Amino acid sequence: MSMSNETAAPKRPSGFWSYANPVKFLGLTERVLPALWLLSGLSLVVGLIWGFFFTPDDFRQGSTVKIIYLHVPSALMAINAWFMMLVASLIWLIRRHHVSVLAAKAAAPVGVAMTLIALFTGAVWGQPMWGTWWAWDPRLTSFLILFLFYLGYMALWAAIEDPDTAADLTSVLCLVGSVFAVLSRYAVNFWNQGLHQGASLSLDKEENVADVFYFPLLVCIAGFVLLFFALVLYRTGTEIRLRRARALLAREARA
Amino acid sequence: MTALLTRDLALAIRAGGGFGLGLAFFLIVTVMVPFAVGPVPELLARIAPGVLWLGALLACLLSLDRLLALDWEDGTLDLLATSPLPLEAALSIKALAHWITTGLPLVLISPVLGVLMNLPGPGFVWLVVSLALGTPALSVIGTFGAALTVGVKRGGLLMSLLVLPLYVPTLIFGAEVARRGAQGMDPTTPLLMLAGITAGVVALMPLASAAALRVNLR
Repeated sequence: MSMSNETAAPKRPSGFWSYANPVKFLGLTERVLPALWLLSGLSLVVGLIWGFFFTPDDFRQGSTVKIIYLHVPSALMAINAWFMMLVASLIWLIRRHHVSVLAAKAAAPVGVAMTLIALFTGAVWGQPMWGTWWAWDPRLTSFLILFLFYLGYMALWAAIEDPDTAADLTSVLCLVGSVFAVLSRYAVNFWNQGLHQGASLSLDKEENVADVFYFPLLVCIAGFVLLFFALVLYRTGTEIRLRRARALLAREARA
Repeated sequence: MTALLTRDLALAIRAGGGFGLGLAFFLIVTVMVPFAVGPVPELLARIAPGVLWLGALLACLLSLDRLLALDWEDGTLDLLATSPLPLEAALSIKALAHWITTGLPLVLISPVLGVLMNLPGPGFVWLVVSLALGTPALSVIGTFGAALTVGVKRGGLLMSLLVLPLYVPTLIFGAEVARRGAQGMDPTTPLLMLAGITAGVVALMPLASAAALRVNLR
């Protein structure tokens, strides 16, 4: 924030922060959501069909390699959903925008679903490849711990009645949980050297997954990202309307 | 501060609850393990460090709901929050009192239970060292869990769900120290990590605990 802003007369927030106003937020989501649903559906259909039917089998893994089109995007979104919750919780704690914390609340079940998809597809792939559904490999273990963090976060939301108290406490938990999730990640790495292969995709590496698998995978990732945004916006809208409905009911009960 | 500490200690000892119960729980869990896995000495020796760490952790967890709940009910916490002592300091003292009444006895009794579990000779020192270093972290992290759930009725189960994932790094490094010690390997690395975690949470966790408690006292 620059000096000139502090000295100027208070003005209505513009740009990104104006969407902290629930009405403006709902207006935006209603305009954006149909396009988001369409695009995510489209890229998922294209990416999955391309990946499943128009790519060759891997020379060692056979057709099981194709689970990558579900496994990698869902794992990616499982982590990024928590990261988004962390940012949204920080915004709530600092700027007290209700929409922000409701978005964090809305993202949690989506993140859980992504974590479960990643764990499940990993188990299905691990059975023929590693000969086991589950191994106490660092990556698998940290995902299980991430899943527990999601459960705790959602349980805390469910347990507290007052919405503002719940928002504050879950945000604090999200902050502390993030630190401990990172700590656990490194602790688990130390505790057991893993079976899991290295990252399939990274920006700073010469060698990634072969191009035949890479491009449909990118389309699938785009589909999952768009789906995540669509689901979170949709669920946030539901939370806002739910809160408004409660407020109206409370007002009616008092009258 | 000393007044608060002596008050908490006196209450814990007089009320009878925390002091003996945690120890008895630790004993019972350890006694149950051979019934569950069979009385094979080699097997027991192998799992002893992990079982003893897990038992201490659970004993610590079970005594957490008494940490703040009673003071919450009779209004002591409100007085503490308005007193000149920062809430962070008050919660650190409460964590310390919890450690003295729960963690310290667990550390002291662990060699006896190590005998029951057929712990190998060199493991005793490292078990005691790792528990002595690790249990303060358990108390401090537990205080955060208690501060989060103090306003929730019957929050014990919820608190377990919140606190146990936070215990993961402490458990990993603590049990690793004891395990390496028992197997005659060099436990320096995990020992330093454990000490680092304890130092870090003792310094920073009271800030989060106090923030959560202030929300609950609003």
